[in-house]
Amino acid sequence: MADVSLEKVGKTYGRHQVISDFSIIIRDGECFTFLGPSGCGKTVILRLIAGFEHPTAGEIFIGDRLVSSVEKDVHIPPEARKIGVVFQDYAVWPHKTVYENVVYPLQMQKIPAAEAKERTMAAVEQVNLGSLENRLPFQLSGGQQQRVALARALVSRPEIMLLDEPLSNLDANLREEMRFEITALQKQTGVTILYVTHDQEVALAISDRIAIMDKTGRVRQVGPPDEIYENPADPFVFKFMGISNFIPLDWRDGRVFVGGSDSPLAYPVPTDVLDRIRRHELIAGCRPYDIELTHDDSSPTRGIIGRVIYLGSIIDYRVALGMQEIRVQQDVRDAGQGGIPFRDGDPVGLNFLNLRWFENRGLNEEVES
Amino acid sequence: MIRKLFGNFGIAEILLAVSVLILVIVVAVPILLILWTALFVDGSLNTRDILKILSQPDTYKALKNSLIIAAGVTFFSTITGVFFAWLVSRTDLPFKETMKVLFLIPFMLPPFIGALAWKMLLSPRAGYINKYLSHLFGLDGSLFNIYSLSGIIAVETMYLFPFVFLQVAGALERMDPTLEESARISGAGLLMITRKITIPLMTPSIAAGALLVALYSLAHFGVPAVLGTERGIYNIPTKIYEQIYQSGGSFVAIRTGTILSSILLIAAGLILYLQNLVLKAGRFQVIAGKSMRPMLLKLRGLKIPLLLFSILYILITVILPTATIFLVGSLKTYGISFTLENMSLANLKYILFQWKMTKDAIWNSLYLALGAASVTMITGTLISYSIVKIKVRGRFILEFLGLLPFSVPGTVIAIGVILMWSGKFGINLYNTAWIIFIAYIARYMAFSLKSNSAALEQVSDSLEEAARACGATHWQSLKDIVIPLIKPGMVAAFFLVFLPALRELTTSILLYGPRTRTIGVAIYALNEDGETVYAATLASVALVIIIVGQLVIKRITRSRIKGV
Amino acid sequence: MSHVKLQDVTKRFGQVVAVNRLSIEIPQGECFSMLGPSGCGKTTTLRMVAGFEDLDEGEISVGGKIFSSSFKKYYLPPEKRDFGMVFQAFAVWPHLNVFNNVAFPLQIRKMPKAEIEERTRRAITHTGLGGSERTYPNELSSGQKQRIALARAIAINPTVMLLDEPLSNLDPKLREEMRFEIKDLQRKFGFTIIYVTHDQAEAMALSDRMLVMNFGIVHQVDTPMNIYAHPKDRFVFSFIGLSNFIPVEIMESKIFIKGGRDCGYLVDYSIPEEIRGREATLACRPNEIELGRDGGVKGIVIRSVFLGDTMDYRVRVGDSEVRVQTNKKVKFEEGERCSLKFNRILWYPGTEE
Repeated sequence: MADVSLEKVGKTYGRHQVISDFSIIIRDGECFTFLGPSGCGKTVILRLIAGFEHPTAGEIFIGDRLVSSVEKDVHIPPEARKIGVVFQDYAVWPHKTVYENVVYPLQMQKIPAAEAKERTMAAVEQVNLGSLENRLPFQLSGGQQQRVALARALVSRPEIMLLDEPLSNLDANLREEMRFEITALQKQTGVTILYVTHDQEVALAISDRIAIMDKTGRVRQVGPPDEIYENPADPFVFKFMGISNFIPLDWRDGRVFVGGSDSPLAYPVPTDVLDRIRRHELIAGCRPYDIELTHDDSSPTRGIIGRVIYLGSIIDYRVALGMQEIRVQQDVRDAGQGGIPFRDGDPVGLNFLNLRWFENRGLNEEVES
Repeated sequence: MIRKLFGNFGIAEILLAVSVLILVIVVAVPILLILWTALFVDGSLNTRDILKILSQPDTYKALKNSLIIAAGVTFFSTITGVFFAWLVSRTDLPFKETMKVLFLIPFMLPPFIGALAWKMLLSPRAGYINKYLSHLFGLDGSLFNIYSLSGIIAVETMYLFPFVFLQVAGALERMDPTLEESARISGAGLLMITRKITIPLMTPSIAAGALLVALYSLAHFGVPAVLGTERGIYNIPTKIYEQIYQSGGSFVAIRTGTILSSILLIAAGLILYLQNLVLKAGRFQVIAGKSMRPMLLKLRGLKIPLLLFSILYILITVILPTATIFLVGSLKTYGISFTLENMSLANLKYILFQWKMTKDAIWNSLYLALGAASVTMITGTLISYSIVKIKVRGRFILEFLGLLPFSVPGTVIAIGVILMWSGKFGINLYNTAWIIFIAYIARYMAFSLKSNSAALEQVSDSLEEAARACGATHWQSLKDIVIPLIKPGMVAAFFLVFLPALRELTTSILLYGPRTRTIGVAIYALNEDGETVYAATLASVALVIIIVGQLVIKRITRSRIKGV
Repeated sequence: MSHVKLQDVTKRFGQVVAVNRLSIEIPQGECFSMLGPSGCGKTTTLRMVAGFEDLDEGEISVGGKIFSSSFKKYYLPPEKRDFGMVFQAFAVWPHLNVFNNVAFPLQIRKMPKAEIEERTRRAITHTGLGGSERTYPNELSSGQKQRIALARAIAINPTVMLLDEPLSNLDPKLREEMRFEIKDLQRKFGFTIIYVTHDQAEAMALSDRMLVMNFGIVHQVDTPMNIYAHPKDRFVFSFIGLSNFIPVEIMESKIFIKGGRDCGYLVDYSIPEEIRGREATLACRPNEIELGRDGGVKGIVIRSVFLGDTMDYRVRVGDSEVRVQTNKKVKFEEGERCSLKFNRILWYPGTEE
């Protein structure tokens, strides 16, 4: 049970600088997720904290202990860091039974046999592998192997648990189950969890706080899940967390227009935002389900339906608005209540329910993921 | 600094240094010495001698023969190999699985023992088949003469075609069937598909197999020695042997040997280079994901004839020679007919328990093979670990050095080892068992490296890292995790070296002394001395040991798949 | 006259009946999907249409011409069927460049060189590969390889295109894009599509009509919207979209969730006549349940997960655990009491899970 703190940590491979000047504090007992596209450096950070890699700059603390420091020439090897690690490919040893896998950390700590046995069986029970302790990994399913890895990581009562995309090799149903088990285990033991993933759904579901990183290794935003989702700091975060639309804005004749079109923006824009729009500083972001479509003339914002796709419970529209195509999603029931559904080529009115404002600089590079 | 030696970083450096040292001493230096001795005399480039030796009619003829034999063997092996591979993988031939196993048997048998058997069957006057046919048709002379270029080519083909067969059958089976199905739906019939799709995609495998055959044939001693030297037909390895043997190991002869060896080396290098090109061109991802069966050609009327043909082929090329060896080996005298009263186990008893020469040969081979296999297994593991797991710069040197002798002919290694260990650096091992031992290590290290590397690559990094995260030091994780998991690979490496070392002839024929004969040498010597029956008896003992060894390997590799 | 007709098509592998008396008729120009879990027989059916497998019973005809028939003992090999086909693993030949890959079917048919050139270039342009004629497949991405396969399939201007899970090996974003590309091609060229997939979202998005099958048997054939709105049985309901199956008990004409007599009964609902007896299964979608403080069947939230635009709950009611997804901003914590109102219910007899 400990804090983890990284101070100005950097890691370079040859000439490629994966992360630089990276500082963050993960609080004792929290479930903290590093979320980002592949190649953003999140796994590297995990490996630095675990000790499998050496930083090329900066310092890393686990609890009060300095475990890695370039300046002070300190590097405590992984085996001395009191960590538990769960790998993406489970890394369950194929030549050892479930029991032998899980008891191994205790053997390394030279815990007396009786106590080791007791703790091992408790860990095995805790992950619901009760009667399977004598099985070999090849006799287990993917989900069961992952639980062995979990039990093995927990049994030594580590200060921190590091999980590297542990669920990506499981099918959708199992992933949901295991997500829940990980959260439950954390609540029971109070261990600090560092989780690494590219899947924003998992991150939202299990984390106390999330750090979103982009491809250059920079942290874009840190915060609890609902804050990241509701108040994204920039277009990159907004786009990463779900399907997104970006609407350029023009200021003409004293009104806000949808950029590149004749449609005024039908939305109550706050005054301070109006100023910034006037100075061409902003672009609007909008989720597909935060847009209403109307057959009639009630909205001045006009578009044309480009493509209609029925996805069962939702209808997905591509709507040509000005120079671009935005995506709108409606619940089938809502569409039904509105009367006739829309068809390709229909003119349509748009009402925005919730717009977010982002700075309009170099949008394309930022949003590249 | 000292702390580093005991840290992670230090271990890597030590391992790397030791590995490089071993490989340099055992592998690189001998080869370099050959080139040096061939090219330089008293320090200056000696092209005059080189040209003189090369233009001597003997040498020139040996070169020519080598090329003719290699070309012929490659050609016929390719045809045979591709035909049977296609038959077994792409038609509805019955008993396919059995056929696959049977076609691979020639791999196990030493070609020179096969040559011995064919000599017994088809030598012009004393050959059993010749005698029978002459008697049957009332001929004066004999129908077949095995002591010829064609005889050599035929026998080598019989034992080398599995190289091509294996490559092509494997590739055909692993090929994504939708590649052919998409051709079919595009309108192409079977013939068109084979011509335009299957064969082009198979070309890399065919070429890889063919090049292997060419390399092996160029470097091969046994078959030309048994079937060619009688009539003065030499290839390079037999020529080298003849020169050295006749001159009693004179320096001039050794020099000639080095020059000829250099030619072999260059040829081997060329073949390696070609193979690399072919492999690069064949960089296709032809391997199937789903396990769907490929389209099989229905043989219909041809089914039985082709089956019979295949069985006949195996009978003639595998069963017949092997049976001959065992039968002749139990004859009381050579040349008499195979009746029960003419056969006994007395020869066997004599060879195994009474005659010192053969007893020694058997024990020598066993010790040398065991020793070489053990040493290569351990050092191979060490070096493989350095290459695969320790991400140190310069490990490409290791890889290169390790795999170098893979294609270096046994003759060349023997010469190199002679040059290095006959007093040049203060140690003289010539005529002792040690020189053969070292030659074996040089020759077979590559096998062990390949097998161990393959096993190590299966052990993903995360398995070791998981152990480290559980509190194990680097050494503990090696002991508890890595070694148990690569044990099967290590055992495979052991046998991969043990069996070939046990039965080989090409290398030890240049290195043996009066008390250090190997089984191969003993069989060859017996044959040279006209002791055909005893040669056959010893050969049958060798065959039994080999077959038993193969079965043991099968048993071990099968249990590996189950448990671990 | 329908364009593609399958009549009582049956295929056995040993004892297993992989396809069981399958009959469908597909009109010209329709995009028709076959949807089902792996092993359900959809790929086998497609392969029988293509001619890679021969049927054991039944008849397959295209445009009135018989291709396979057990009655007439007739079987036309694939190379004579003039289909365009795209495979899951692309099946693009690595030793031929893009141009030669696409031109292959035309070259086989020995068309005049000028025509081959023209058709190949047209196909290449239509699939967005213009400029890559001389490149080799291994230099291209998966998406582009699949486009080569598409171009090759349309080069001969087929009347029927067979697609066997063509997008499964592509990443999700690309999959969506290529769906539209395929539909656009269909619009331009007017061929009939038979599409095999295990991804219900894909089938729903692409098809004019689709069938859902399992263990060789067709459960339902209809438009995607109808199948979603009116699934014929439990299998179809559960295969298309998320689902809850809740056993209920009927007492004194009131519907109670099994094991939850004290949770209240379902108001605003009556049992349809087809359901007899005291027990039935209530089927509903997680996003068609309203979660409120009161006014419905009482339950306890046992799991609450934030998914961004939705909240995903597990609610215990009686013996059942009901999954609810809401995009309302009313949030429930684990352990809280709540009440469920079902907005749309389908009824199935019995209570087997």
